[in-house]
Amino acid sequence: MTTETIQLDYYDILFAGIIVVGLGILLGYYRLGVTRDLAIASVRLVVQLFLIGYVLRFLFADGREGYVAIMAGVMLLVASREIMARQKRRLTGWSGFGLGASTLFVSSFAIALYGLLVVVRPEPWYLPQYSIPLLGMIMSNTMSAIGLSMDRLTSALHDNRAIIEQRLALGESSRDAILPYLRDCIRTGIMPVVNAMATAGIVSLPGMMTGQILAGSIPTEAVKYQIIIWFLIAGGVGFGMVAALKVIEWRLFDERQRLRLDRLD
Amino acid sequence: MTLSIGNLQFLDWKNLDLTIGDGEVVCLVGESGSGKSLLLRAIADLILNEGAIELDGAGRDSMSPRDWRLKVGYLPAEIFWWEDTVAAHFLNRPSKQALESLRLSPDCPGWNPNRLSMGERQRLGILRLLDREPEILLLDEPTANLDEANSSLAENRLLDYIREKRGGALWVSHSSAQARRVGDRAFRMKDRILVALDSETGRKDG
Repeated sequence: MTTETIQLDYYDILFAGIIVVGLGILLGYYRLGVTRDLAIASVRLVVQLFLIGYVLRFLFADGREGYVAIMAGVMLLVASREIMARQKRRLTGWSGFGLGASTLFVSSFAIALYGLLVVVRPEPWYLPQYSIPLLGMIMSNTMSAIGLSMDRLTSALHDNRAIIEQRLALGESSRDAILPYLRDCIRTGIMPVVNAMATAGIVSLPGMMTGQILAGSIPTEAVKYQIIIWFLIAGGVGFGMVAALKVIEWRLFDERQRLRLDRLD
Repeated sequence: MTLSIGNLQFLDWKNLDLTIGDGEVVCLVGESGSGKSLLLRAIADLILNEGAIELDGAGRDSMSPRDWRLKVGYLPAEIFWWEDTVAAHFLNRPSKQALESLRLSPDCPGWNPNRLSMGERQRLGILRLLDREPEILLLDEPTANLDEANSSLAENRLLDYIREKRGGALWVSHSSAQARRVGDRAFRMKDRILVALDSETGRKDG
């Protein structure tokens, strides 16, 4: 029972854009200062989305494995760079970039693969119409969680180094000495997902589900996809974060359980 | 218990040798920034360092870092508290007697550490260290924040413990007077080497 989707043309985008232009004028008039940012963001939005629209159109038309892999690789690189850019204090050497990239890769790729092979099972399994949006949703959430929790943990260890050293001096293991900060970081990273899951459908209609409904899907079918997606996202976020925090712990303490903040920039 | 330190290196300090044993207190004075605290932290294996450090012949690397730090206890100059109560920082709740020996309120284990004065933090820090029953004490100005009366109580408490345990202590002090009073030997840390305090003054202590 798929109804025909209303086709939008460029004028429709223009009409919607009028709202943002109006907002920009208002903000500029009162000199609130974000007009420039708003303008840049709006232009980026239009350019980036049209570009990705064409890329996906090409990808969907010619769904070869190689192209899907390249697309996934580009997404991974961009997301890893984004994680690194969010760090106030980075790990020195290869691990600065490698930490974000490797934990993101392990968690979101593994979870996306599981989602494709076990849960959704498209034919072929890498069918870009499924694999790319799935990977994208898992990866963007995982990226935010890893970026946020890593930044929090390195900052916490840096700011509380005197306390951590005293705990070590009293014979605590490095794990015990940083446990409160680890807990705090895991919480910070996973809470947005937990909250979104708990309020889904009550406070907000999740984006993907809304999209499917707008595209003509039956709501009860769209809901199934949304539930699966949230479980996959929770897995990606949780496992990715645990891996990232584990690597930080492993890098910032040496084999004699000494806090090695010299390994931070 | 004998702590022997051979060829210790940390940051740009080199070839430090020192032996402390059997109830002996070795005092260390020197200007701030001369590396006294770094030396204590290096011995406790809290900062990157190299050297042959042994406790009664057992090499430091043959022990887990936790065991080493429990045996060689480091008291920092500024004591931090991170749990909600004072007592939560102790393995065994400090006895009334132990608290009284340092003129601390018998109720203070139940307090939130935010309530403690500088002097109370310092004295409770000493009890917190002794609570782990270390063999060797690495003390970083343990009486710096205390008035005269409390300072001598704390001195005596530490000296009693060291004698009882027949361990040893490396005691960083802000005053040469205290160094001569509590130390069996005393050194000044200067230009990255240890100079015996006696040789400076030409005086020999008993």
